[in-house]
Amino acid sequence: MSESSLRPRFERGLAAPICLTWELTYACNLACIHCLSSSGRRDPRELTTLEATSLIDEIADMQIFYVNIGGGEPMIRRDFFDLVEHCVARRVGVKFSTNGTRLDRAAARRLAATNYLDVQVSLDGADVATNDQVRGVGSYDAARRAMDNLAGENFGPFKISVVVTRENVAQLDQFASLALHYGAQLRLTRLRPSGRGADVWHELRPTLEQGRWLYRWLLDRPEVLTGDSFFHLSALGAPLEGLNLCGAGRVVCLIDPVGDVYACPFVIHEQFLAGNVRESGFSTVWRDSELFRSLRQPGSAGACASCGSFDACRGGCMAAKFFTGLERTDPDPECVFGHGEAAMAALAPVALSLRPVPAPTHSRRVAVALPAPRERRGTLR
Amino acid sequence: MPASQTVDFDPSRHARLSDQVSLRDEEFGALAYHHGTRRLVFIKSPKLLALLRHLDDFDTVGDALAASVELDERASYGAALGALWRSGLLGE
Repeated sequence: MSESSLRPRFERGLAAPICLTWELTYACNLACIHCLSSSGRRDPRELTTLEATSLIDEIADMQIFYVNIGGGEPMIRRDFFDLVEHCVARRVGVKFSTNGTRLDRAAARRLAATNYLDVQVSLDGADVATNDQVRGVGSYDAARRAMDNLAGENFGPFKISVVVTRENVAQLDQFASLALHYGAQLRLTRLRPSGRGADVWHELRPTLEQGRWLYRWLLDRPEVLTGDSFFHLSALGAPLEGLNLCGAGRVVCLIDPVGDVYACPFVIHEQFLAGNVRESGFSTVWRDSELFRSLRQPGSAGACASCGSFDACRGGCMAAKFFTGLERTDPDPECVFGHGEAAMAALAPVALSLRPVPAPTHSRRVAVALPAPRERRGTLR
Repeated sequence: MPASQTVDFDPSRHARLSDQVSLRDEEFGALAYHHGTRRLVFIKSPKLLALLRHLDDFDTVGDALAASVELDERASYGAALGALWRSGLLGE
């Protein structure tokens, strides 16, 4: 049952997503500099509890096995637990991402008592300085308190979710130790030039050399989760764990807080907007949207056609190309052979002015720091 | 969390899809998802899929194989069911 032989089938799309991301809210009490969804302010058009509940029913009817809930900070929504518990009651598993600020002992207890639930606490540095530079003052301590609370309530193996950057790639062993300390699973994802990430991508993305190192690190550690994030690195040799393809509109998609459906969590832009669940329901958008139908057509290898590694990386990440001004048929901007660098360099004179601007933005106009953290027990630096 | 089976796979006994498993039809066959282990399995063979769906109707795995699989293929389908058993997708 090899997964790679199914790849052509996946590229033509599935009856329903394998992996559906649902951003519950654009509201967030942090202002991470690389936020994919430019979150901060709540959108007044956010789905109501009733609408969200109906959407869960539809997700269950489509037999989507689980949803990745994110935001914004999903725990900010007052009906957060109601929605999660409705998912679980309908046998839709939930994996939700949180910055941990709202994950106090009582919340941890409630989560621990719920089946079919995974929690991912975001942490982007193995120490305060590295993390807080990206996620904001106090965010490291908040995340560690949340992890302490989950461990204290015997939640079980939660996940520590790390966006790999130039600054933290050297800390991967420390992240692994931290996961071991909590009995947690480490999950690494790729920094994408999406949302506010576009503003910091050039400075924070791992160098080509770091990418090669990351590839070998991941190959040695198949237990580390990546959400198929680094398939562009598979061009270096043996494929990494996962489907190793761009799943946008084929096996994944994103539903945003106002019900807009995008091809993937990294392309919140009108060009990748497939429809809205309020207007037609999710299954219709998934099945019939013109955008998704076109993404399921066999694509041209484009500039990568003559590269012997195209079968391994399939040209890389559509979102990373789009937000760096590249075409879908161009190499991934982080192509391991440097072809993406060359393509970006060729664009350089125009790219800065023509680069697509992620929209809509829900960034707060002024970033607010978290209250000073209290002393924490059992730290592991 | 239920991990893989501790009891060895025995085709002379009854087996069925675990209560924790959901099957979703796809053009290539089906996706099977285990809600406990979060494991996703791709079932590409229509014959294996039919076997899985009807395992519970038979007293033993062997009976199910005999009813729907040609003699020369029973060993390989039995092995496939054994693999699914060991990954926790099947139970008693």
